[in-house]
Amino acid sequence: MPNSPSPPASLTASLTGSLIRERRLAMGLRQGDVAQAAGISASYLNLIEHNRRRVGAEVLARLAGVLGTDTAILSEGAGGALIDDLRAAAATTPLVEPELDRIEDFAGRFPGWAAVLAAQHHRAAQLERAVSALNDRLTHDPHLSASLHEVLSALASVRSTAAILADTDDIDPEWRTRFHRNLHQDSERLATGAEALVAYLDGPETAVDAGLAAPQEEVETWLSARGWHLSELAGHGGFDVLMEEVGALASAAARSLGAAFLRQAEADFRLLPDAALQAAVATGADDPCLLAQGRGMSVLAVMRRMALLPGSAAGLVICDASGTLLFRKPVDGFALPRFGAACPLWPLFAALARPMLPVMTQVEPAGRSLRQFRTLSICEARLPQGFAGPALREAAMLILPDDAPQPSAPVLAIGTSCRICPRPRCPARREPSIMADAGL
Amino acid sequence: MTARVLLIEDEPNITEAIRFILSRDGCDVTALADGAGAIAAVQAAKPDLVILDLMLPGVSGLEILAQLRADPATKTLPVMMLTAKGQGRDREAAERAGASHFMTKPFSNDDMRAAVRALTGG
Repeated sequence: MPNSPSPPASLTASLTGSLIRERRLAMGLRQGDVAQAAGISASYLNLIEHNRRRVGAEVLARLAGVLGTDTAILSEGAGGALIDDLRAAAATTPLVEPELDRIEDFAGRFPGWAAVLAAQHHRAAQLERAVSALNDRLTHDPHLSASLHEVLSALASVRSTAAILADTDDIDPEWRTRFHRNLHQDSERLATGAEALVAYLDGPETAVDAGLAAPQEEVETWLSARGWHLSELAGHGGFDVLMEEVGALASAAARSLGAAFLRQAEADFRLLPDAALQAAVATGADDPCLLAQGRGMSVLAVMRRMALLPGSAAGLVICDASGTLLFRKPVDGFALPRFGAACPLWPLFAALARPMLPVMTQVEPAGRSLRQFRTLSICEARLPQGFAGPALREAAMLILPDDAPQPSAPVLAIGTSCRICPRPRCPARREPSIMADAGL
Repeated sequence: MTARVLLIEDEPNITEAIRFILSRDGCDVTALADGAGAIAAVQAAKPDLVILDLMLPGVSGLEILAQLRADPATKTLPVMMLTAKGQGRDREAAERAGASHFMTKPFSNDDMRAAVRALTGG
């Protein structure tokens, strides 16, 4: 299990009994002699040294005296923090009564499990804080509160007005017209409000602020805050500056992902610097395949460079062979899913099934913007372990806004993710949409 | 006897719907779109019931309710609070402030009619 906490290697040695044993052995003393000098039996000292018995203050003082050290040195090892953590974990489970008097025995005999328990206790506390933060946000977030109020007010009007129209046979024509108009206004308002609400709840910023973001989201939020470009790579020492920023990300996993991303970005940058790419784009010679051929680099690398070019309007998604999104640079009008799988109709997945065959598709995402995009997708395979190892596929889809689409060109209707996609009767739907009931 | 209802609600379409429903049920409905003139309107209209939205521009529904309850003349005036569904804290605050009834949006017209009848003795 890659994410399990590793027990500290010196844990056993840092518990009181182990420290006594360590000190005795370092001095070359026999257990029996030390026990006799301290006025206890050898078997009792043996239990103490193996952390099977707690050592009282008086005996500890005598042992410290025999071993020529201070009681504090023997009792204040790094294991003290672990013992405190275990006590704290015990305090949070009032219905269970663990053997508190044998806590050192437990930590000494099972240091790995003790570390796991302590780590779980920390994780539970962290999650409780995050839930509390989210709960607080749901209650006090002015944006959320305003959005909910807007939706519920529109809904109240729609419900009441629709019921009047449905239940009143002898309604005056003037009133009927007025209510039809109100219904239309409120349904528009409801659609806008619901869409804003879903977009807000699906946004990564909420999770990052609440400490619930996935590592990938942390990295993407960092990139978004920088405007999705890493211009520092052009300057001397720029890579180190960026690495420092990555080093400040909240989670270790995000720092690791961010560092790997930066190394890849730097390699891409060396092959295709901003100036060269900007010149190519300015002359219209921006076909990723042709750019890749001319520079001896992969098409995916060119796509990454195009997405991270300063001022670039292009969005980019990259996935692995399982379809899991590894990278998401959003573009206005083309929402990308934060949770779960993306829309299976994305050309990205068509490319994934046909390595090295480019897929160029005009798409129109679901939503109110009705904006179209030209998407360029391709899948590449690599063999990090040669013929003997697995072929690892990675596909990318460059998303280019097309604000002047050709009216006659075929357009593929796509969504974001089934859960928040309003498209009715979609043949690729995996699960019902939460927006379906609203008729959006 | 025709029940006089003062509706203080800033959403015009909700106001129209409630006015229509209650008018057909025999109520005389006066509407006000913000909280600023609410107390004066109550004193002038002398309603049998006030339907009061919690979130109003200017003065909040809770402030208006507190003022009504502080005035001996309106201390026992039936006041129905309207607010968005799920705002548990709002409901508690309204109950503490002396609301006679609490209705959440979206509401059903039947519930609205029934509540108004109960509060006006209709």
